[in-house]
Amino acid sequence: MENIEQRVKKIVAEQLGVNEADIKNESSFVDDLGADSLDTVELVMALEEEFECEIPDDQAEKITSVQQAIDYVVNNKK
Amino acid sequence: MLFARIAGVGSYLPGKPVSNNELAQRGVDTSDDWISTRTGIKTRYLAEAGVTSSELAFEASRLAISDAGIRAEDIDLIIVATSTPDYIFPSTACLLQEKLGNQGAMAFDVQAVCSGFVYAVTIAEKFIRSGSHKKALVVGAEVFSRILDWNDRATCVLFGDGAGAVVLEASDKPGVLATATHADGSYNHILSVPGCVSRGQVVGDPFLRMDGQAVFKFAVRALTDVAKECCAVAGIGSESIDWLVPHQANIRIIESTAKKLGLPMEKVVVTVDQHGNTSAASVPLALDAAIRDGRVKRGQRVVLEGVGGGFTWGAVLLEY
Repeated sequence: MENIEQRVKKIVAEQLGVNEADIKNESSFVDDLGADSLDTVELVMALEEEFECEIPDDQAEKITSVQQAIDYVVNNKK
Repeated sequence: MLFARIAGVGSYLPGKPVSNNELAQRGVDTSDDWISTRTGIKTRYLAEAGVTSSELAFEASRLAISDAGIRAEDIDLIIVATSTPDYIFPSTACLLQEKLGNQGAMAFDVQAVCSGFVYAVTIAEKFIRSGSHKKALVVGAEVFSRILDWNDRATCVLFGDGAGAVVLEASDKPGVLATATHADGSYNHILSVPGCVSRGQVVGDPFLRMDGQAVFKFAVRALTDVAKECCAVAGIGSESIDWLVPHQANIRIIESTAKKLGLPMEKVVVTVDQHGNTSAASVPLALDAAIRDGRVKRGQRVVLEGVGGGFTWGAVLLEY
């Protein structure tokens, strides 16, 4: 669980160019971390690669914060 | 061994560059900052009213034919990739043929939107390798400004007009080394101009419509996979090529693709900042720019690749 949280935060840091220390579970990609619409698409693609899963578009739209990303991975990991 | 080799290259952009700020001044509800950060586009070229794809194609073709050191009448195959043809028919290739003063060459258009030039090179290469044709003129030409909804700020700022052309000729020197082309029609709805002419009027929508995020995701995957596939056909790794000349749609698509291919941006030809997305014209425009300024040299390995409406995608690995 903690491992997934760390991996998600590492990806968020890489994709959005922010310090891992500044990323909180409740951080919103757009409002807190400065992501634009294409950043969020790239972020979803990076999560798909890291965790070897397909995130459908209607699910991807609902992933707007770090915690939501962690929850998605935890609930959908093979 | 018989190869299809690039003998000459040319390109043409109509008029003066139009900046993001000029678009805003013309009434588009946008800003330089918004366009720059999301797309990397700074300027694009917009043809004056009445200018057609065959006219832009003619200017680019004249330069390519001259660069190849041949005459227009030597050409036995003309393929024009365009989604903005002059007419419903005859083909833009036939109209270009008349302008060039060529008679007798086989001439036809290819409709694969932003992958059109890569499709057209792939087709021409098959004709040349078969021995049936010796000198092919392959053109990407577009007046995309004609199909833009200037009230849709999410799309109208992205595109521009222009043309690029190459002469491919039969040669015992390489040459196109490998090609890979694909389509998946189930993605037709994420990028389209869903209209047609019937009963004397446009039926449906005559403007370009795009689901930008879906296109972004599809484009990065397709461009990455097809470049790898094409290089694998030739038995080389994508990281060992000298130049990547990708379709110029969005700098962030290009950067993301290059990263996944393990290529530094120093090996990637970028013109999207100056030209915007010129659809089928973008790859030959970028190739010509990089040959003119001395970056792409004879003997180097170059991957041309495109992705566009359909969805269509493809790549060509060649030794210039």
